[in-house]
Amino acid sequence: MALAYDSAAKFGDYAHPERIVTTEWVAAHLDDPGLVVAESDEDVLLYETGHVPGAVKLDWHTELNDPVTRDYVDGAGFARLMSSKGITRDTTLVLYGDKNNWWAAYALWVCSLFGHPDVRLMDGGRAKWIAEGRPLSTDTPKPDPVEYPVVERDDQHIRAFKDQVLAHLGQPMIDVRSPGEYSGELLHMPDYPQEGALRGGHIPGAKSVPWARAAAEDATFRTRAELEAIYQGEAGLSPDDDVVVYCRIGERSSHTWFVLHHLLGYPHVRNYDGSWTEWGNSVRVPITRGTSP
Amino acid sequence: MTTQPVSGAALNPRLQEIADDFNAMPDRDRLQLLLELSRELPALPERYADHRDLLEPVPECQTPLFLAVEVEPDSTVRLFFDAPQEAPTTRGFAAILHAGLDGLPADEVLATPAEFTGQLGLQDLVSPLRLRGMAAMLARIKRQIRDQRG
Repeated sequence: MALAYDSAAKFGDYAHPERIVTTEWVAAHLDDPGLVVAESDEDVLLYETGHVPGAVKLDWHTELNDPVTRDYVDGAGFARLMSSKGITRDTTLVLYGDKNNWWAAYALWVCSLFGHPDVRLMDGGRAKWIAEGRPLSTDTPKPDPVEYPVVERDDQHIRAFKDQVLAHLGQPMIDVRSPGEYSGELLHMPDYPQEGALRGGHIPGAKSVPWARAAAEDATFRTRAELEAIYQGEAGLSPDDDVVVYCRIGERSSHTWFVLHHLLGYPHVRNYDGSWTEWGNSVRVPITRGTSP
Repeated sequence: MTTQPVSGAALNPRLQEIADDFNAMPDRDRLQLLLELSRELPALPERYADHRDLLEPVPECQTPLFLAVEVEPDSTVRLFFDAPQEAPTTRGFAAILHAGLDGLPADEVLATPAEFTGQLGLQDLVSPLRLRGMAAMLARIKRQIRDQRG
């Protein structure tokens, strides 16, 4: 059974306040049955240096990806993973992590591909928890395996593939990478080993809104009014738009996907996880260089 | 005789010892060893701590890492790294390179096989993508040595 939602005033303005909790809420509910807190970081060792007491570790690179095919785990793999973390289909799963919850948002998006009913982000992530002087633990929980059903991954609604993006050209798209990656200049640094893409630039028509603009100084999400000013005011999106977001491998754009879909309530937002590492290596796909969409 | 998950050119004895230490451990303990190594990364000496502009950024590491390489007149290589405390994996990678290469003659550092990062038994635990950051550090170290030797 889902735990009560966090009634923090700031969240009341968001379209889906049930998808986000404060550090205070987590601290108050840590021992509640039915809750699992999971840390998901860019740095694979950060969890080991200390984490929210009782939190399990969920690593994108080594756990959410298929080890061979460039794809996520399948339904059976996801069920095994959740089971091993003590997460049932009814568990309230709260994710948090480093870097403004960048990787936690990615983990949340992957959990959403499997339709996990109650998954939330801890606003401000690891940085805020630590800044507030809250306790950290180096004890690694060893949950008993639980039942998690095999649910087929749904790639239709919140995930976009390259062919779909080609068909989407001319419709709203947000490139969340840094300005240098967007313009294409980052592939032109001489004598530096560049990895990832043979061509630089962005998908024609995509507007540049670097992902971290959605985060405030303390790593929390900006208020709804501030987010609307960025995505609707500056980038010209409307809530009923069909939007595709992308970055390099789909991680930073998961953060923006969370903002558009859950905080601003856009029903049609898809994350193109192939992102620039696929597009910038593809033969004969259109590319735009420079700072204009 | 050691078994290596990825075979490659011979490592210098210090790097080989580090690789052996990792490979001798069960998976769980390897991350702990990397964490311990990360804590042993020496702090920057003052001449760099006060002049971080002298350090070369390594953008291939997802977390900011900076390094400096000095080749002494007798060809001894000195390595300096700077990475934030909240990036223990990146610090751990830097610490492996420091422990394995600092103080060696330039030719020995240059002879380090680029693929040695695959010999540490960390691919499944850390992911090949993250390990690329360490390979990039090594590539930049080698390039700086070549540049400085002219």
